[in-house]
Amino acid sequence: MEATNHVGFIAAAYIAAIVMIGALSAWVMLDYHAQRRALTDLDKRGVTRRSGTARPEATPPAKQTAKEEA
Amino acid sequence: MALLDLANPSRFLGFANRTIPWLSGVTVLVFAFGIDQAMIAPDDYQQGATVKIMFLHVPSAWLGMLAWGVMTIAALGTLVWRHPLADVTAKAAAPIGAAFTLLCLVTGSLWGRPMWGTYWVWDARLTSMLVLFLLYLAVIALWRTVDDPSRAARAAAIFTLVGAIDLPIIKFSVDWWNTLHQGSSIFRVGGPTIDPSILIPLFIMAAAFTLLFATLLLAAMRNEILRRRVRTLRLLQASAAS
Repeated sequence: MEATNHVGFIAAAYIAAIVMIGALSAWVMLDYHAQRRALTDLDKRGVTRRSGTARPEATPPAKQTAKEEA
Repeated sequence: MALLDLANPSRFLGFANRTIPWLSGVTVLVFAFGIDQAMIAPDDYQQGATVKIMFLHVPSAWLGMLAWGVMTIAALGTLVWRHPLADVTAKAAAPIGAAFTLLCLVTGSLWGRPMWGTYWVWDARLTSMLVLFLLYLAVIALWRTVDDPSRAARAAAIFTLVGAIDLPIIKFSVDWWNTLHQGSSIFRVGGPTIDPSILIPLFIMAAAFTLLFATLLLAAMRNEILRRRVRTLRLLQASAAS
């Protein structure tokens, strides 16, 4: 059985793997930068995580904060 | 750092930030070595050169199943301990597992056409793998449907535990039914039936895929933690504005 008989199928499988790995890598990197940008933007507007540093009126009910905080 | 410390999302973020660059580097190196070994591996006496597709197909099948296994353990963490990092793990693993399962189906079809004469057959192994892919799509949809992450996590956890039934069906489908797909040839009583000249590159590629999975999972978990922080801050901002 010659490799040349099925080279198209082999190449297509490796191209599919490259596309899939590339897409997954791009997805995690773009998502990371999007979240970092969003956090920086919120930080610039004075919205921060710690209730001590957040605007006093911005503190939500404690139960909700615990639930959302990961 | 104790393993339990990583259960704290802030410490986990620090761990992920330090680990991801190193893990990415090791993944690239192992992939380069694995592909090199796969390319110089001899042709199979029956499959010919199409055996090279197996170096992608088999690891992606393992990873597709491993990801659901990780989600199943995470689901127990969500339902029993209600730990937010378990939710994060399950949510982050789902798209990665779906991608590996899809790659398994695509590469399997591309191998099946020259070897079996068809891209697809409703064989028990192929069908149960397709069911796994559909389960991934369903659990991703479930995460997106419910707005509150903790409520979505509980629903997704129950769904994941029920879906885990498909894992032994995939594994034993070739023993329980007459299938066109070949039987177990690696993890079987009596040892592998594959020659070491093909088995060793296969294991190297499996290691490379597993490292890739670990890297992507860590990165996706980091993103999910950051996303939840953004959501919390936006809620704070909204409550401050009202």
